[in-house]
Amino acid sequence: MNFHLNSKIPDGPIQEKWIKAKFDLKLINPANRRKFKIIVVGSGLAGGSAAATLGEQGYDVHCFFYQDSPRRAHSIAAQGGINAAKNYPNDGDSIWRLFYDTVKGGDYRSREANVYRLSEVSANIIDQCVAQGVPFAREYGGQLDNRSFGGAQVSRTFYARGQTGQQLLLGAYSSLNRQVDKGTVKTYPRTEMLDLVTVDGHARGIITRNLVTGEIERHAADVVIMATGGYGNVFFLSTNAMGCNATAAWRAHRKGAGFANPCYTQIHPTCIPVSSDHQSKLTLMSESLRNDGRVWVPAAKGDKRAPNDIPENERDYYLERRYPSFGNLVPRDVASRAAKERCDAGYGVGETGLAVYLDFADAIQRLGKDLVEARYGNLFHMYAKITAEDPYKVPMRIFPAVHYTMGGLWVDYNLESTIPGLFVLGEANFSDHGANRLGASALMQGLADGYFIAPATVPDYLAREGTMNADEKVTTHHPAFEEAEKSVTDRVEKLLSIQGQRTVDDFHKELGLIMWNHCGMERTKESLEEALKLIPALKEEFWKDLKVVGDKDSFNMSLEKAGRVADFFELGELMVRDALQREESCGGHFRGEHQTEEGEALRDDDRFTFAGVWQFKGNDKAPQLHQEELQFPNVPLTTRSYK
Amino acid sequence: MKLTLHVWRQKNASDQGRMETISADGVSPDMSFLEMLDLVNDRLEKEGVEPIAFDHDCREGICGMCSLMINGVAHGPEAGTTACQLHMRSFQDGDSIHIEPWRSRAFPVIRDLIVDRASFERIQHAGGYVSVNCGGAPDGNAVPISKIEADLAMDAAACIGCGACVASCPNGSAMLFVAAKVAQFAHLPQGQPERKKRVQAMVATMDAEGFGACSNHYECEAVCPKDIPVKFIGELNREYLRTACGD
Repeated sequence: MNFHLNSKIPDGPIQEKWIKAKFDLKLINPANRRKFKIIVVGSGLAGGSAAATLGEQGYDVHCFFYQDSPRRAHSIAAQGGINAAKNYPNDGDSIWRLFYDTVKGGDYRSREANVYRLSEVSANIIDQCVAQGVPFAREYGGQLDNRSFGGAQVSRTFYARGQTGQQLLLGAYSSLNRQVDKGTVKTYPRTEMLDLVTVDGHARGIITRNLVTGEIERHAADVVIMATGGYGNVFFLSTNAMGCNATAAWRAHRKGAGFANPCYTQIHPTCIPVSSDHQSKLTLMSESLRNDGRVWVPAAKGDKRAPNDIPENERDYYLERRYPSFGNLVPRDVASRAAKERCDAGYGVGETGLAVYLDFADAIQRLGKDLVEARYGNLFHMYAKITAEDPYKVPMRIFPAVHYTMGGLWVDYNLESTIPGLFVLGEANFSDHGANRLGASALMQGLADGYFIAPATVPDYLAREGTMNADEKVTTHHPAFEEAEKSVTDRVEKLLSIQGQRTVDDFHKELGLIMWNHCGMERTKESLEEALKLIPALKEEFWKDLKVVGDKDSFNMSLEKAGRVADFFELGELMVRDALQREESCGGHFRGEHQTEEGEALRDDDRFTFAGVWQFKGNDKAPQLHQEELQFPNVPLTTRSYK
Repeated sequence: MKLTLHVWRQKNASDQGRMETISADGVSPDMSFLEMLDLVNDRLEKEGVEPIAFDHDCREGICGMCSLMINGVAHGPEAGTTACQLHMRSFQDGDSIHIEPWRSRAFPVIRDLIVDRASFERIQHAGGYVSVNCGGAPDGNAVPISKIEADLAMDAAACIGCGACVASCPNGSAMLFVAAKVAQFAHLPQGQPERKKRVQAMVATMDAEGFGACSNHYECEAVCPKDIPVKFIGELNREYLRTACGD
């Protein structure tokens, strides 16, 4: 199989690349657009906005999602905000600064040209969302309000209370609804993509399962867009929704799409700590809380006094101590590791000792309870619901949790994967965040990809490779569809036929624990090598001892989960392999062997300034690693410092 | 904690359905309501019984997927809370808990506790948008919007589309849901050009889908997990009247 890593970065100065690309990309005449069928898998910020925008352009768009409505995609749970280089507060922001902060924040493992373009379109995203009626927070004078986020010294984050993701998603959803009403977009709720169909090496369709009837269906198209989110649920416990999964991405990988940097996972510093083993998911407390909350632990080891009984001079505000210039607003990877370091050293709080305090007492005194409530009320409410503690009176207890995956399917500058005709958007691709994503940048990237980038690059593919002639189009009668459908059906039947003793969740929890302990916030050669023994052994047991009740021809939640977990085993193994080959620490990937004397991540730029792209070679064969060299002519490589 | 659950079981849309009694042992007060169901389902599966099907996804109260009628109250006993954010500490050891799906003509049952809310989708398709194409939008600060209006729009926009309002209304009315979207846009300058058309189209679709009308019971407001106030229904009526009066 061909495997080209041509990043297709346009020539010229970085400020002119996207302008040049947009001119060079081929167009389709408005009258001909309806002759091209586009499949979009996923209806979150990236998928929903891409489907709506391509529908507006006049293409025949078909959008698939596993929830009952596009409005429920997990983008909805993003709380804090969306970055944009508007410089409304006049505090020194610019496209260049957002670009610089994002490249630095990603620990120099992202692709410069993509990040610059992201910064460039960021301002248009805000304009577009305002035009749709997204109710962003406003100042009394009627202007848009901004707040600060980690990894930046300017205020460039736009927000809608603590529900920014919800409001942006509802904006994209409203645009999508308009196109559904016009007939340019057709939606397929409660439908899961189970395989990608390729014909002559090009993506030409998908195989889906209707989650209500169990029906396996074939869908052919001229191009396939996947915006299927991240793979954090490999860990079982994460801030992802229960249904978030990697099946679409993994199936595409098995069909030839390169998987880049799978080991880059973001562990978010401010989540509600795990309380017991019945827990099904972890809840994030927005990073925006670090604008006003102060993080601390007792200065004395094992101090079990109630937090309010510990006097000021016996507290260690360790982020402010270690990173005086960024303080509590250091990037996520740095904040997470610092929390782990304190807890490992015996200073952790709460029953388990695996938590630190996030304290609002100062903010309440300075700003008043009303203003704190106006800024963070819904988050405080949520915290109180889950923990039965009042964060206005006692500091929150927080601990890092799996949140976002920077790795994903490899894409070129046009967001096209190594399979021609398969475009990958949003968290599902790998390109913009390097080894660590800055807060409020996921919403920005999802919408940049969906509103502005894919709508320019996908038509170019259609103009070059597509056909308007109905007789030349691939149909679902093609043998490739036959074959893909059979493999999906066989797999479903296999999962149901094992009839062992252990439930899917049982296996998923065990896999998650292996991943967290061996490939979590800190990885070492030993831990990773051990994981490479544990995962295949558990996978083997899964295929021998899994118990799925119910049948394939009806609504069957256990069957859905079983297919997803089966793919998590394979992806988990690849994550470990990738973490093992990357003998350096960068961003969210922290190898215990590679750290400075002060415990900061130690990169090895001579050996690892590349994106690691894995090629699937077969069920029992080791995957092959390819490298895309990364170049930084505009943001010189330096040691990332937030001191 | 040990509980007795009375759960609605229904194999599919054509099955008649029935309440079944299922015991729940070893429940911890720190579990969420859905984690309690996970625990029960895990046991059922190990016994070879099909698990209780229920909708859920984000489990942090924002996606609007979960939709349980708990002891006759949509989303259960805690005000301003979705079922996924409800914790077992709200119940007592030995309690009997009745769990049913949303009950409304416009929300047919798919399986057990899962209903089909496609009717909500069709209402949104009819007019829940501002007709603006991507690209070429003016600067976000070009049109100032007073903080008061923006906040009101946000109050309405907080709706998560779960359908608790419909499930609780004796008339099966979707007016709070429709009002939330109509009011959001009515408070914003971007919503003005299509203000009349929107309210007419959304209300017409709401009626066609078989939702009832509001007769001021306010059950919707009482159960709304996002505390959307009924004053927006007043706004919806006013918006609708304006179109009838030709203003």
